[in-house]
Amino acid sequence: MQRIINDPDNVVDDAIKGYLRASPSLFAATDHPRVLKYPSSASDKVGIVTGGGSGHEPAFLGYIGEGMCDAVAIGEIFSSPTADAFLEAFRSAPHGQGVACLYGNYAGDNMNVKMAKQMAEMEDIEVKTVIARDDVASAPAAERDKRRGVAGEVMMWKIGGAAAARGDSLDEVIRLAQKAVDACSSIGVGLSSCTIPANGKPNFSIEPGHMELGIGHHGEPGIEVAPLTSAEAIATAMCDPVLADQDFAGSEVAVLISGLGATPVMELNILYAHIAERLEAADIRVHRTDIGNYFTSLEMMGATLTLMKLDDELKPLLDAPARSLAITQC
Amino acid sequence: MQVLDATQGRDILEELVEVIVDNRQYLSDVDGAIGDGDHGINMAKGFRLCGESVAGQSLSLSKALGTLATTLMGSIGGSMGPLYGSLFMGMAKSVKDKNVLDAKDFGDMLADGREALEQISDAKVGDKCLLDTLVPAIERYRDAVEGGDDFPHALQALRNGAQDGRDSTLDLEAKIGRAARLGERSRGHLDAGAVSCCLLLTRLADSTERRLEKAAA
Repeated sequence: MQRIINDPDNVVDDAIKGYLRASPSLFAATDHPRVLKYPSSASDKVGIVTGGGSGHEPAFLGYIGEGMCDAVAIGEIFSSPTADAFLEAFRSAPHGQGVACLYGNYAGDNMNVKMAKQMAEMEDIEVKTVIARDDVASAPAAERDKRRGVAGEVMMWKIGGAAAARGDSLDEVIRLAQKAVDACSSIGVGLSSCTIPANGKPNFSIEPGHMELGIGHHGEPGIEVAPLTSAEAIATAMCDPVLADQDFAGSEVAVLISGLGATPVMELNILYAHIAERLEAADIRVHRTDIGNYFTSLEMMGATLTLMKLDDELKPLLDAPARSLAITQC
Repeated sequence: MQVLDATQGRDILEELVEVIVDNRQYLSDVDGAIGDGDHGINMAKGFRLCGESVAGQSLSLSKALGTLATTLMGSIGGSMGPLYGSLFMGMAKSVKDKNVLDAKDFGDMLADGREALEQISDAKVGDKCLLDTLVPAIERYRDAVEGGDDFPHALQALRNGAQDGRDSTLDLEAKIGRAARLGERSRGHLDAGAVSCCLLLTRLADSTERRLEKAAA
């Protein structure tokens, strides 16, 4: 294992120390070692909280900031934060107007958020949730409730964060965050495995010369293993299921291409050039494109494609100002 | 009638800690086949923390199990924190006022743990999860007690039920957790939660049996 770490069991805590030192204007410690908050949140807005396992950097901490999330619960690598951590995140975010907890559909997160929400009720903190389910490879459209949340979560935080920042009510923030993630269809492709430091060896294997279409953010095996092919053919393989998931033709979209951790950003752009051609051919207008490492899986090679269908309600929220590690725009 | 001394819970807890810590890599390997390979890491971390926190203390079985529950819920997160946390909390509450457990009390403790777990999760037998171990183990134990078996024989039924339950997950298609997204491809692999549950129940039965023998001697 070629890693810059100390004790493999302490990588999460050691990383938190780095975030706090590097960006004191974005991160402040709380009463829970696994919760960080934005130190400058307005107190009279709806609080935006998220959380999830570590190993997806810049998610989730990278989405704390102005016009984004107010507090984040941090789990072990690929493992849900505890209920205690979610509860402290609810307390640490502005909560007088209620808290919107926007997270991804994973069994552990569901249980821990549910427990934390019950505990928050005892403290008179109102919490409502939106659960991202944008990965088209994880279940058919008819079983959308089984789908896992992937990079569409970034769009959900951006939209929810912007709605809260302009003063929307909790119900309105929830409605818009739900609308945002419902408008997203995502898929991943993996070219290599990844290693949890404390585990010391690859989590699964992808044979050299192969790729796995539909791979999950934790290395959940995908829907198809195929020989590794050209960027152009990979773009087609990713676009097909995404374009089949919703009726995108004739509409405007936002495109998010995220690396999974080890794929050079150059290659993400190679991939995008083909995706853009395909979208153009399908009469889909691209309003904006973001390419980079937005939601990763440790050092996995590969990429995810997220397509978000826009309308006049979502567009201004997506384009609203934000300041965070992962997304900063004026 | 044979009874388990429920005032000495730390020793039993330390055995549970030991079996999980010793199988850290094995549990992660099982999980890695169809999950994300962190089961052993997280379980070992939570159990080790709990072991450290109770070192040198004198604890009843209820207190020991309650400490385990809160440590797991507060420190490991994931799915296993709430699932095992609820299970052990239910067991702890069940034996709260007891100094000794007879065979029936022991079965009630397991059943109360199961009930607490089922309040937090929608998981069922057949979903390829730890309930596939827990439920048949409890049922076989209860059948043995109701059929007139003595405590040690009932514990053997518990072990057998747990092992058969664990093995049943090999051919199951996962319906819950991350492996559920694999559908058919989850067949042919054991479920990591079912494996850890079998390790825990087996060690709990071993430990209890040894204490019964010691008391009888």
